[in-house]
Amino acid sequence: MADKIRELLDHGPVVINLGVKDFAESLKGQDVEVAHVDWTPPAGGDREMIELLDQLL
Amino acid sequence: MVTGCVIRKKEYHDSVFLMRVARRISEQKSVLQAAALMGTEKNKVLLADIGIGGKEIEAAGPGDLIVAVKADDGETLSAMLGNLDSWLQLSSGPPGATPFCTLEEALRRQPHSNLVVISVPGEYAAREARRSLERGLNVFLFSDHVPVKDELALKEYAREKGLIVMGPDCGTALIGGKGIGFANAVRRGPIGVIGASGTGVQEFTTLVHHSGSGISHAIGTGSRDLADEIGGISLLSALGSLESEPQTKVIAILAKPPGKRTLANILPKIQACSKPVVACFLGETKNFQQEDHSFQVARTLNEAAAAAVQIAAGSEKLPILAEPQVSRIRLQGEKAAMKPGQKYIRGVFAGGTFCYQSQQILRDAGIRVSSNIPLEGNSELPNPHSSLKHTLVDMGADEFTSSCPHPMIDSSQRRERILAEAQDPEIAVLLLDFILGFNASADPAGELLQAITRAKEEVGKRGGFLCVVASVCGTDEDFQGFAKQVKLLQGAGAVVFPSNAQSAAFCAALIQSLQEGPDGR
Repeated sequence: MADKIRELLDHGPVVINLGVKDFAESLKGQDVEVAHVDWTPPAGGDREMIELLDQLL
Repeated sequence: MVTGCVIRKKEYHDSVFLMRVARRISEQKSVLQAAALMGTEKNKVLLADIGIGGKEIEAAGPGDLIVAVKADDGETLSAMLGNLDSWLQLSSGPPGATPFCTLEEALRRQPHSNLVVISVPGEYAAREARRSLERGLNVFLFSDHVPVKDELALKEYAREKGLIVMGPDCGTALIGGKGIGFANAVRRGPIGVIGASGTGVQEFTTLVHHSGSGISHAIGTGSRDLADEIGGISLLSALGSLESEPQTKVIAILAKPPGKRTLANILPKIQACSKPVVACFLGETKNFQQEDHSFQVARTLNEAAAAAVQIAAGSEKLPILAEPQVSRIRLQGEKAAMKPGQKYIRGVFAGGTFCYQSQQILRDAGIRVSSNIPLEGNSELPNPHSSLKHTLVDMGADEFTSSCPHPMIDSSQRRERILAEAQDPEIAVLLLDFILGFNASADPAGELLQAITRAKEEVGKRGGFLCVVASVCGTDEDFQGFAKQVKLLQGAGAVVFPSNAQSAAFCAALIQSLQEGPDGR
């Protein structure tokens, strides 16, 4: 059932980083494959708009 | 004094980056205070608390950058706010690869991803975690302030999909030897770890490293996982995975005491585990520790590390980490230099778990303290900014970090607190922790050396002596260098230990000895 957790442990982390860029940099420094997402608040942080977006997608 | 701010619409930066910007500006001559924040409601309240407000700030949204400065004069203020681009530029690291704009875009380019590390503001964190789980990805959720109902929903969903949510409020993980968040560079080996606290995992893994053994994986659960509202969902997922993972020979569980219902649920599963388990529930009563369990119960992180290393090695002899060695000669020397009336300990911590564990060790020695994170039986500090008799304060708690950098990144607040403690004529012992590793300050000891020296001088001027006791959590593989940090602290006259349990035990023995008077031990 928990194959995806075992896969993470067995193969090591391949990371998507959302937020603090330093975390991506420290992982890269350890030769971890990282894709950094330049995260910004969805819909400019407008709560109603976020809910609407989530319903649409 | 003059105050001013600049607001930049739709310019988002992460919190660690903004802390660096604020620190750089506040270090400039004639600047009294600087804040660089995104315009969330919480941040606007923080700005109002320091006397910065107005219509412009009210109108700012969570996607807008606010940089506010208080300075001695208008010239300084204009120089700071007029050069914002250069402060932002100076605070950013070397340019990396072009970042992606969305999770989907990153996943298309890196389809074999298996983990999403999330450190966005708490109010958006659950949404991003959910979206990650929906795409079949495990989650390391560093963000805190995630509502407990959202945590439960995320973890139940992850369990359904065979995934794990490490967090929220997860500071540390080591997966296949790679440190995520605030982790140390440690050797790989046969010991698997499941930890509810980041600094607890850091201490345990570095102690295992010092003893010559190593870590297979360290999986964080987040601080609330063992509360009854969550029921240990991530702990059980981690336990199952480490049990089946062939490199792991022993499993250590590090947490505060679980909720009653959770304990009843997880105990049979721990007992049924086919691999040996060492459990350290910090703050748990001695009764629990003395009960007959089919797994090994450790009282401190030191004992847990020693037991795990011993079991992994199949050895009957505990490694030297087992019993904190209190150097009686050193203790007597520190005590002899003090003058009558010096009697209190003041602990000023960067790591919450170290503050908590120190309270347990002092409590076991009959010493009750006040704290902003009191252990059962200890009293809550009425004002966290001001100590009272024996006091241990966690400077990483919300009341210190909501508008300032965490003490693991920046020591400014700890520096001020150390100097304030030295003003108290009844202070005898100052207990400190220093945490090395990825993403932590580049020189934690160096940042506080001057404050330690000045505090000692201050007490010396009154004819007394300040005993400074420190623990360093780290390894020589860490970029800050364990030996280098220890040497710096020793050079400043501190008594230095490689673990918090040992430093707290030394303090407990010293306080007991002071209570017994000049002839005691």
